[in-house]
Amino acid sequence: MVDFGFKLSSSNRIDLDSCDSDLFLKLKAESGTIKQCIACGSCASSCSAANFTGVNFRKTILLIERGKNEEAKELIKGCMLCGKCTLVCPRGINTREIILSINQYYKKERF
Amino acid sequence: MEGDVLIIGGGPAGMETASRISDFKRNVILVEKERELGGHILKWDRLFPDGILASDITKDLKASLGNTKVILGSYLASIEKRDDYHFVAQLSSGEIIRCSSVVLATGFKLFPAQKKQEYGYGLYDRVITNEDLETRFKKSEGLGKEAPKRVGFVHCVGSRDEKICNKQCSKLCCITAVKQAIELKQLYPDAEIFCFYMDLRMYGRGYEDLYLEAQSKYGIRFIRGRVSEISQDQSGLVIVKAEDTLASRPLKITLDWVILMAGIISERENDYLTQQLSLQLGEDGFINSLDPIIKTDQTNIPGVFVTGSATGPKTLPEVLSEARSTALTVNEYLNKIKNG
Repeated sequence: MVDFGFKLSSSNRIDLDSCDSDLFLKLKAESGTIKQCIACGSCASSCSAANFTGVNFRKTILLIERGKNEEAKELIKGCMLCGKCTLVCPRGINTREIILSINQYYKKERF
Repeated sequence: MEGDVLIIGGGPAGMETASRISDFKRNVILVEKERELGGHILKWDRLFPDGILASDITKDLKASLGNTKVILGSYLASIEKRDDYHFVAQLSSGEIIRCSSVVLATGFKLFPAQKKQEYGYGLYDRVITNEDLETRFKKSEGLGKEAPKRVGFVHCVGSRDEKICNKQCSKLCCITAVKQAIELKQLYPDAEIFCFYMDLRMYGRGYEDLYLEAQSKYGIRFIRGRVSEISQDQSGLVIVKAEDTLASRPLKITLDWVILMAGIISERENDYLTQQLSLQLGEDGFINSLDPIIKTDQTNIPGVFVTGSATGPKTLPEVLSEARSTALTVNEYLNKIKNG
């Protein structure tokens, strides 16, 4: 095919009509606390890995809620499970449990 | 007709002020433009945070009016201050009222949501306001027999918006949206409910608990971002666009119903009264108190008092407490002018 020098960009939009809510529903069923996030950022600011890697727990659960699971997965890759985020969360979200569940989901379902 | 106090507005503020001033054996005249006392809460079903019936509150307020002379279905055509202790008002019916003091309990107006054209209120059948939803709750209609799958609440409609000349926060809508979202979820347990907000201002006692309950018990989802536009698809469903500001991305969702949280704006229909009395209004159109902390119910004109949400958005308990304090202030004033 002739290369005209144009390319199609994929949509950056979050479309809640056609998103993959499989993981979100699983996490909701396992640990109801995921619903309680108020996006304060305490988890991300206290994270020991965040200064050197892209780890961001707040964004992870937000993206999972929006069905962007692949991107969410990337955001917990550097997590060392130190548990500081669990300590600081003002809404008592069991962050470690959620991170472990996400890892388990990807081991079972995708790899 | 003659009286010590003329109270304009028969909502909760006017009724509570009237009943408390009559307790001091004063002659009170209460004028309400509608044919029934109660004001905005007449259209409301249940009240936040505990879900008390609005009709119970109105009933209690009506029952304690004492010897107040109530004039319904009339508004003030004009009012004039003759001298320091003497006001003359004319009602729309032509009747003349003479009194020694005036209390403005003229309240607020809900923002007419059709002014925010991009939300399509009045154009799309499935876009309704907070007031419409309460009316439906009152009639036990909900959102109809067919259970909705997805419902969205749009916060700050007509609030915090310079484009429609209302910069102020309406203060009550955040908690009202949470209350209504929970009520809908109780009615339709399988529905998914979304709230589009800019900030959630859960300042009152019990409000934050209700917010947490909405999230954890009812699974209501909160998306931070102001809705930019609402459109309708071929099947009559509504498409909402907003930015998910926490994800920094545009977002789209198709919903069965959208509830617009119409905000609180000043009752500009009374501008002629405030002009005739030379009262000071703020930039937001609400009446200015003499000072915002101690003399909240006094105005720049001696003998003219103001109470309730005529000075800005207030919750019902705030309105009732203020009405009681206004009654004391007015009584003190009347004692003072009597004793010279």
